[in-house]
Formats: sequence, C-alpha cells, structure tokens
Amino acid sequence: MISMHRGDIAIAGASETARLGKIPDQSVLQLHAEAAVRALADAGIAAAEVDGIANDGMPPYDVSDYLGIRPRWLDGTSVGGGSFMVLVRHAAAAIASGAADVVLVTHGESGRSRVGARPYASDGSSLGGQFEHPYGAMAPYSTFTTPVLAFLEGRGMSPRDLAVVAAAQREWAVGNPRALRNEPITVDEVLAGPEIAYPFTRDMCCVVTDGGGALVLMSAERAADLPSASRTVYLLGSGEAAESPLLSQMDDLESFGAFRSASAEAFRTAGITHADVDHIMFYDAFAHLPLYMLEDTGFVGRGESGAFYAEGNSRPGGRLPVNTNGGGLSYTHTGKYGMFAIQEAVRQLRGEAFNQVEGVEISFVQGIGMMFGSAGTLILSNRRP
Amino acid sequence: MTTGPVPKPTPETLPFWESTRARAMSIQHCLDCGAAIFYPRSYCPKCTSSDLEWRPVSGRATLASYVINRRPLPVFEVEQQIIALVNLEEGVRMMTNIVGVEPVPTALQLGMALELDYDERGDQVLPVFRPALKESE
Ligand SMILES: [Zn+2]
Repeated sequence: MISMHRGDIAIAGASETARLGKIPDQSVLQLHAEAAVRALADAGIAAAEVDGIANDGMPPYDVSDYLGIRPRWLDGTSVGGGSFMVLVRHAAAAIASGAADVVLVTHGESGRSRVGARPYASDGSSLGGQFEHPYGAMAPYSTFTTPVLAFLEGRGMSPRDLAVVAAAQREWAVGNPRALRNEPITVDEVLAGPEIAYPFTRDMCCVVTDGGGALVLMSAERAADLPSASRTVYLLGSGEAAESPLLSQMDDLESFGAFRSASAEAFRTAGITHADVDHIMFYDAFAHLPLYMLEDTGFVGRGESGAFYAEGNSRPGGRLPVNTNGGGLSYTHTGKYGMFAIQEAVRQLRGEAFNQVEGVEISFVQGIGMMFGSAGTLILSNRRP
Repeated sequence: MTTGPVPKPTPETLPFWESTRARAMSIQHCLDCGAAIFYPRSYCPKCTSSDLEWRPVSGRATLASYVINRRPLPVFEVEQQIIALVNLEEGVRMMTNIVGVEPVPTALQLGMALELDYDERGDQVLPVFRPALKESE
C-alpha cells in the first residue's frame, strides 16, 4: 500500500510547450496535446500507458481522445488557475488508491491569441454577474486587486512594496528568451509605469500569453524503471482549500484563509518545516499575491512580507529564492499560471532551470484559484524520503 | 443612470433587487442565530437555518478597500471607476462603486464614512455609496 504523500508518488515527466508568448497558429487543444506529448517523451513513457487524464479548461476527455487515450480515471476540477496544484494532489490520491496508474495532467491556453478558446461572457444571473460585474469588477486587474489597500494599510506598507515585488522577480527573467518581460526594471520604473487600477501599475500585473504545460504522474516505484529515473521529482505533501467566489466575501481582506489551511495541510502531510524549504513558487497574477502568500503560508510573520522582498531574500543570491522563472509578472501567464509554477519547481529540483539555484532539494509551490477563491499547495523534492 | 452589465435576479436574490428598485435596500437576517447575511441565499451560512427575514439596511457603511480602475471595459462608457469593498453597519461586506468623489487616492481614506445611494442600470437599480455628510454621523 502506497501513500499519496511522503515521496510515494512521482512526477516522472514535465514539459512546457516549445513556444510561449504569442502563438496564433495553435489552438487551445493543440497546446494541450503538444505539452502532453512532450511530457510523455520527457518521462520516456508511451501515451498508451496513460490511464488517467486531468485538466482544467475543457472536458478532460477532449485531450485524451485527441491523443488516442481511453482513460479509466478522469478529473476536470476547475477552480481557477491554481487547479493544477489541486489536480496533482487528486492524481496522487488516485494513484495511491489504485484508481489510476499513469496520470497525464495537461494545460493549454490561448490567453493572448484566443484560438479555439471559449468566448468570455458575463452571465448576469451568476453571483459575479449580480454582485461584482455591474461595478466594473470583471477583468482580474480591477477585481483581484480590490483588497490590497486594506492589506497594505493594515501593515503600514505602501504601493512601493508592490513595485519591489515586481522588480525583484524581474531579475530572474532578465535575458530569458522564454520570458515575455525579460528586460531589467527598477522599483521607480515600475511605479512610474502606466496605471492600470490604482495602486497597480502595468508591471505589477501579469503578462498575457499563449502556451501550455503537462505533467506525467505515477508511483515512485514505477518511475524508477523509466529512462528518466534520475530526474524524478517526488510529492512530499499537498493541500487544497476554498473560500468564496465573491471577493467581498473573503473572511479577512488582509489574509486568505485558503492559503493558510492548504499550506498547513501540505506541511503536515509532508512532515517538514519551513526551514526545510529551499525554493518557493508563488502564483503571482498580481504583485500583491506573493506578499499575502509569504505571510499566510507562514514563511514570515504578519507585516513582514514587504521587508522580506525589500531585503533581497527572494532575489538571485537571496536566502530563499522566490519565483525563479520571473513568475506570472514576467515569465508567462496564459490565464491559468499554476501549471507554469509547477514546471519551474520541477526544473529547479532537476537542476535544469534557466536561472538555476544551487542545492534545491525541496520546493514549495503555492497556487491560487480564481480571485481569492481557492488554493492548492504542493511540496516537491528531488529526494525520496 | 449608468451604462454597463445589468444584474439578472434569480429567485433567491429577487427580493434584494426589488428592494433596491424601491430605494430601500434590504438584506437577510437569520431569525435563529441573528446573523446578517449577504449575498442573498436560501440558508443562513452560519447555521443553515431557512428562517430568514428581509430588513432594510441603515445605509451607513465604511470604506474597507478599493481600486481606481483606469481601464474600465468599453461596456461601461466611463473613463474610470472607483471599485470598492464596503462594510455595512449591519456587519456584512459588499462590493460597490463610490460616487460623488474625485477618483484620486487622497479623497478616499480607508475607514471613511459612507452612505447608501442608488444608480439606475438598465431595468435594475444598483446600490452605490457616497461619502457621508458630516452632520449625518
Ligand atoms: Zn443563522
């Protein structure tokens, strides 16, 4: 009997699409499929071995059928851009229980070019359509951002703290041809940029791109027999949680309970402490999210997130590198960034990142779904305990 | 009268939208545990009771947080909008627009007193808030 945690489940294959950014010549389904085929090749396993399929964004069997797979396990949990953290957790539970042996988790989104993407339409009878959209809270930049002044003012922080996050993360993306924003930027330049929704300027908001990614999960025992065995990444712990679909119904505008509970469960199930973590990936659709996450996941105390960034801890050479691909603010953000946060954690653990951090053994990945709606946490390692 | 998406009431939210149309915004209160409830629903989120009563709000609220949206979607036909989270005196929080004030941060202090107003939107009436007059405090 194997467990879903403590290293019994492996990420044996991982890949992004060959291109990220502007891909007007590929549909959403093509992006899913390309990422899937690349991840299978990375693992060194045939599509015919896959018996579980999971994704967020379309019925999961759209992807399996495209690849000629007839799955015996499906998961289409759709709780926003952090669905992929939740899907990895569900896949681990399925493999541990015997409901699936080899699970393919895919993502593809034509966020920029909108090729083969479902049109966005406000439904006036939905909760958002009645209690958010009429006020202009439709696009994420004018909705997801609404609690931030309460957070900042409650801590004696200011919009400059958001700019520090954006500038610090950019350092990781400089020169990376796969990052959409890869030129250096200063804190003052971030603050002086075009204002999107006060207090957010352009570079405090994520990029908008096309792209995809996929993961292949199986038992660690099975992964050990693959040609990719030396690059296996193990799931140590995980958690998931949710609050409300409406921003106004957050229990506390200054702290997201789903971050607190999902991360606490991940630490508990992994059996590790914060001091064991070498590397962090925080889902950053906007510059306030890493600040909330640092505090809510317990890496710093309340009110200490701004200083953590200002002191350079997250940056290249810092004591706890955060968002080493540049994050959603600089690297890529298709609309559902969670998959890319996991991909960078896998690269760091394998020693294959564009800006590789020395000696990463444990990576902490915090996802968010919708706009302070849900949360998913993964703790990954390159060593099986 | 403003332009933009129009809410479409559902059976459980219809009394709310009828109350705003009557310029007497009402929210639900649980007769079992006393909780004030927003958004409208069939069961109390604190105790699952269905014994709920609609009561008009006082109209007094405070500013909890906001953004000044400099890029409103074209459907709104405005240049900017103050999108706010406000705490009602009854103990619930809602999203709204702040009106009757310059869209600049210096005019918007967190915690400032607000009062309820109304804004026609299509065939519905949206609750919005404006800075409270000093003498009404
Ligand atoms: Zn009750």
